[in-house]
Amino acid sequence: MISRLTVTTALVACLCLPAFADPDPKAWDSVLEEARGQTVYWNAWGGDPRTNDYIAWAGQQVQDQFGVTLEHVKLSDTATAVSTVLNEKAAGRTEGGSIDMIWINGANFAAMKENGLLFGPWAEDIPNWSLVDPEANPALVSDFTVPVEGLEAPWSMARVVFYYDSARLPEPPRTIPAFLDWASANPGRFTYPQPPDFLGTTFLKQALLGLVDDTAPLYAPVEAADYDAVTAPLWAYIEALTPHLWRQGQAYPQNGPAQRQLLADNEIDIAISFSPGEASAAIANFELPDTVRSIVLDGGTIGNASFLAIPFNANAKAGAMVVANYLMSAEAQLHKQDAAVMGTPTVLAMDKLSPEDAAKFASLDLGIATLSPADLGPALPEPHPSWMQRIAADWEARFGVAQ
Amino acid sequence: MPSLEANRHAWLRLAPRLTIAVLLLPVGAGLAGVLAPAFGWYPALGGTNLSLDPWRALFAWPGLGGAIWLSVVTGLGATAISLLITVMICAAWQGTRAFGVIERALSPLLSVPHAAAAFGLAFLIAPSGWIARALSPWATGWDQPPDILITQDPWGLSLMAGLVVKEVPFLLLMTLAALGQVPARRSVLVSQTMGYGRMAGWVLTVLPRLYAQIRLPVYAVLAYSCSVIDVALILGPTRPSTLSVQVLEWLSDPDLSLRFQAAAGAILQLALVIGLLLLWRGGEAVAARLGCAAIRRGHRFAADRAARTLSMGLALIAALTVGLGILGLAVWSVAGFWTFPDLLPDQFTWRNWTRQSATVTGTALETVMIGAAATVISIGLTIACLEAEYRHGLRQTRRALWLLYLPLLVPQATFLIGLQTLAIGADLGGVRSTVIAAHVVFVLPYVFLSLSDPWRAWDSRQGLVAASLGAGANRILWRVRLPMLLRPVLAAAAVGFAVSVGQYLPTLLIGMGRVSTLTTEAVALSSGGDRRLIGVYALSQTIMPLIGFALALALPALLFRDRRGMLDRG
Repeated sequence: MISRLTVTTALVACLCLPAFADPDPKAWDSVLEEARGQTVYWNAWGGDPRTNDYIAWAGQQVQDQFGVTLEHVKLSDTATAVSTVLNEKAAGRTEGGSIDMIWINGANFAAMKENGLLFGPWAEDIPNWSLVDPEANPALVSDFTVPVEGLEAPWSMARVVFYYDSARLPEPPRTIPAFLDWASANPGRFTYPQPPDFLGTTFLKQALLGLVDDTAPLYAPVEAADYDAVTAPLWAYIEALTPHLWRQGQAYPQNGPAQRQLLADNEIDIAISFSPGEASAAIANFELPDTVRSIVLDGGTIGNASFLAIPFNANAKAGAMVVANYLMSAEAQLHKQDAAVMGTPTVLAMDKLSPEDAAKFASLDLGIATLSPADLGPALPEPHPSWMQRIAADWEARFGVAQ
Repeated sequence: MPSLEANRHAWLRLAPRLTIAVLLLPVGAGLAGVLAPAFGWYPALGGTNLSLDPWRALFAWPGLGGAIWLSVVTGLGATAISLLITVMICAAWQGTRAFGVIERALSPLLSVPHAAAAFGLAFLIAPSGWIARALSPWATGWDQPPDILITQDPWGLSLMAGLVVKEVPFLLLMTLAALGQVPARRSVLVSQTMGYGRMAGWVLTVLPRLYAQIRLPVYAVLAYSCSVIDVALILGPTRPSTLSVQVLEWLSDPDLSLRFQAAAGAILQLALVIGLLLLWRGGEAVAARLGCAAIRRGHRFAADRAARTLSMGLALIAALTVGLGILGLAVWSVAGFWTFPDLLPDQFTWRNWTRQSATVTGTALETVMIGAAATVISIGLTIACLEAEYRHGLRQTRRALWLLYLPLLVPQATFLIGLQTLAIGADLGGVRSTVIAAHVVFVLPYVFLSLSDPWRAWDSRQGLVAASLGAGANRILWRVRLPMLLRPVLAAAAVGFAVSVGQYLPTLLIGMGRVSTLTTEAVALSSGGDRRLIGVYALSQTIMPLIGFALALALPALLFRDRRGMLDRG
């Protein structure tokens, strides 16, 4: 009797659970219905007040339009969210998890995908996916070369730019070798965030791309390449650069914002950023002088996309999909690209938008220090994440523990 | 009725054990939860075999030697310097009017959270900081800040300074509490009549007896200094950083396999603290021997004027540093654009505050709720323990005192990581009540330490009088003892509340990001580096405990305004 009951329960569970536990984005109306009244805990980096304000604004919109309550869980590091999901899996909590949506990309995404911590695929089935063009913008379906496969939805584009104070530095360097020449002539006026900070590692990748002749090996896992031979020019370059860095390379800013503070304090003259609108926004926020301008390097800079993912055990999957879909809408993307709000480039393809929406994007004021999409030039794709991890570890061994 | 009374007494009798359990269970459970992954056991990550691989990975990390060395040097250095300054101040000035001035200048520093003090110090001493701005370019000739390494220096000097300015007030308070049990004045007087200098007399006659009383607080300072995270993040070097910061970094690395290594590192951190405590203990014996040798040699050290001035100077520098640092943060919180070498911002604006007002209010409310609940629970348990001790003639053993200090001696990072896993397993993570419970673990020891001495010092003849008038034990407690001890109870509550406000790791790890207080918000924002926002949050975070202390002072004055006798009593 007991065993039969157990078997029946198990069968019923097998048959029914997937059906009503997981909302199906292809049936969007039922997703909307299920989402109404849900609370979505969105774990997102909380270190930038303008991003926080934007998330609060989006929360108000989804509340008004879809009846979804959005709670921003402010993280100092996205990996905290990854470890929370991991801990929940360890504790056997396969549903009703504490995180509904994560702002994620790159290595964190690769780690979650590899460990089966993500819900989906869902991202290519939500309505506003029709507004993006993955063929023209391959970064939307390949996150640091790792196939996205519908496990996360893009909501922001990012591009490497350098910003500098034109009052102190009229002619900034525009190639990686030129940075070394300039730094040797002006010691102590340049630095980069300390790897493994993603921006610092990005500088190393950008330098590597600017120093090697053949970039093809960087787009496959590092194990497939002759790592030492490929990275030799990078280490020779960093070796030569380090004595001319801020504090002779004895200390580094811990992240991008700390590096921005150094520029504001007149300690350095040029800084790397992953957000083309950062300088304009910082000027508006009194954080940088209004003489700051942005440049990109000759030959292009690294570009990638930021995504939204839903953990496998999320409590409000329908609500999270509704929020993600809203964040990909023309309305939300337009607000975000406004220099007064965030100044972040959109993920949407202009030719897929209605003419009215496309016109609104065309007439946006990007801000005094922001390059136009044409001036940004070509985007270089991100190398495979295994390169990032190997290079960051190698940098640490060579330069990070030198005492 | 009598049976109810008896039951209540039975409950009271259990209070000490309950208190010990409240402190010990989380620490023990957390340790177990981190020990398993340190030896390869972490099923969710595919670790189902016990192995030494995490340790091999840990020892293969090239920065390990440097990180351990740094933790050892800053831990020992900050503790030794803090203790030295505290002893110098007491030896030079105890019992004089100047001592009261020093006490009043240093005690507000207790309520300044560590992170806020560290931020303030960092802005003060950086090459582009406030001191350099005040002197540039007219005195220094600097149009742009000099490229010299001050904060994040590889020797950890600025990190030590950040710890010392916060630990001196703590040790001083602990010393003051203990001084009541040592006949200091008479001892110094006797030694002075024998020709000893004031300081030498104090060090040779008072300190040996006093040190036994403040040994555990000193150990707590040592354990804290060697495993601190927030201060090290702000002021410490990064190539490599201290072991505890590195462990937290591994823990938050996208490469999840580093968590095994992080667990091993957390255990190593615990071993390091234990090793340092033993080393310190050995140092105590050496110091005692040196002291005896000094006594035998008979040198009187009568000329101590310079040392006395120096100690006064050091105390004032500590107070001034934190005060100016907080002032700097206050200016940043209303600053427009402000660059080197301007002494003040180009323009002032309230925008940083108005933009944050909703978040600050919300998180401040959460901070108060958690702090108040943790404090009330801790006060309740403490009074129950002390009352049980009084009614049943129990005595606090040395072992019980050690247990009380255990949460302060075991590095937070070590056991909180394990505790988080367990909290999630029990479906208790991310809930306010669990965070409160975690705060109690850290609040309770401080509340107990602040309240136990005044409680025990209460003249029990008052109780005898009340009993002879027919009052029962409970009535005596509620109508006589508590009103008479209202001041120390409120002071202990203010200390407990301040401790709760300052908690970063317990709130972050047990609250799982869903419970945010002013401190977690401030540290999350600090990763964004915007000094204006750091200013807003660090100030709010500092004001909170100050309100608590102000209430603790004002309430008795208000309640007893027409009872002078109650006001005079300490």
